[in-house]
Amino acid sequence: MDQVLMLLNEYGEDGQILAGGQSLMPTLNMRLSNPQLLIDINHLHELNSITLDDNIVRIGALARHSELALSPIIDMYLPLIADAIPHVAHIAVRNRGTFGGSVALADPAAELPACVLALGGTVVLQSVKGIRKVKADDYFLGLYETERKPNELLIEVQIPVQDPTGLWAFVELSQRKGDYAIAGLAFIGTSEKQFIKTAKLVYFGSEIKPTLAKKTMAILINTRWDDNTRKLIAETLGRDLDPMTNLQGSAKMKLHLQKVLTNRAIDLALKREKPSR
Amino acid sequence: MNEETSEIKLTVNGDLITKTVNVRQHLVDFLRLELGLTGSHLGCEHGICGACSVWVDGLVVRGCLMLAVQADGGDVTTIEGLTETGEIADLQKNFVDRNALQCGFCTPGMLMTLAELLRKSELSSREEIREHISGNYCRCTGYHAIVDAVETTISDRLGDS
Repeated sequence: MDQVLMLLNEYGEDGQILAGGQSLMPTLNMRLSNPQLLIDINHLHELNSITLDDNIVRIGALARHSELALSPIIDMYLPLIADAIPHVAHIAVRNRGTFGGSVALADPAAELPACVLALGGTVVLQSVKGIRKVKADDYFLGLYETERKPNELLIEVQIPVQDPTGLWAFVELSQRKGDYAIAGLAFIGTSEKQFIKTAKLVYFGSEIKPTLAKKTMAILINTRWDDNTRKLIAETLGRDLDPMTNLQGSAKMKLHLQKVLTNRAIDLALKREKPSR
Repeated sequence: MNEETSEIKLTVNGDLITKTVNVRQHLVDFLRLELGLTGSHLGCEHGICGACSVWVDGLVVRGCLMLAVQADGGDVTTIEGLTETGEIADLQKNFVDRNALQCGFCTPGMLMTLAELLRKSELSSREEIREHISGNYCRCTGYHAIVDAVETTISDRLGDS
């Protein structure tokens, strides 16, 4: 670890961390990136673990997606992430790709950054100067742009356990299962007798970074999920989102898809409401 | 260009191998060009097609998305090694019987990926089989025959046990 941090400090932006390599290696193969130095961190076994610590799930940067899929801690305490993992690429990529790598790269189509933001996670960064923690709200800055400095290594993500009585839903559209998301969202909320109390909506795929739909969230507070609310959020979502036009589709189509997915997500989430005592 | 090299020790299909490799070489180029194991195919070389799928430490991975030096100390299995063990002889026979391959370019990667599913030795629905091979492109068969072959293999194995 000391050697990694020293190399990062020395090389800065010219040094590139190689974790699972499932996004970095394609760019190397295609000669799209040419770092001076690759720093392979796969031998830092202290970054492998997934643990529960005082109602916080601590996911080590090198935990592989397939390890998350099999983790009883994730299954029990972070069902949003458990639902998201099957959407993360394909089995051979999940066997190698890492949680930390996904959060560090912040690909706009990636599932896990959206989950970390929706769940109010904290990103732990380490450099030769020490450790600092950054809230997900302050971490994702733009297209592949995060608060992590070139001399810092993302070592862990800390995520509070989900409210056991709360709602969640993860929905995504992609061309082939496991392909890059065209549109998708993570929903976290609370409800009582099918009445939505709180709602958090994080969109990915269509936006340059995982994006909180604050205006739409405000409409959903203390509201009944009826046709009127559906109509209202369909009108509002366009003011929260600013979809990118790319090979996957036009901005207009993506906004439409996000509206459809929002309806699906909230329908699904409300089905998960626990019967009241 | 002056290429940096590194010595690696790894197990390939059960044999312990020591080789000096170019640090920039990915695992499948190493297997094909240095060891002559040409069963692992290179299709897209950026992790989309799945033709290069091999096992590293018992898990299927994209051979093109890993450097050979990263396999140092590891245990690599290719289609040559897996075929030799006979573990998937029934699946391979069912592939032939059901015409689950035409040009055969995707087949080694497809088999390496499916072998991981078969190791679970539980019933998988056609939907689950399709999802498991969703990262492996086949441009000939339309997948239907492949799913048939896997389904037959699973039901035969469960029937025998």
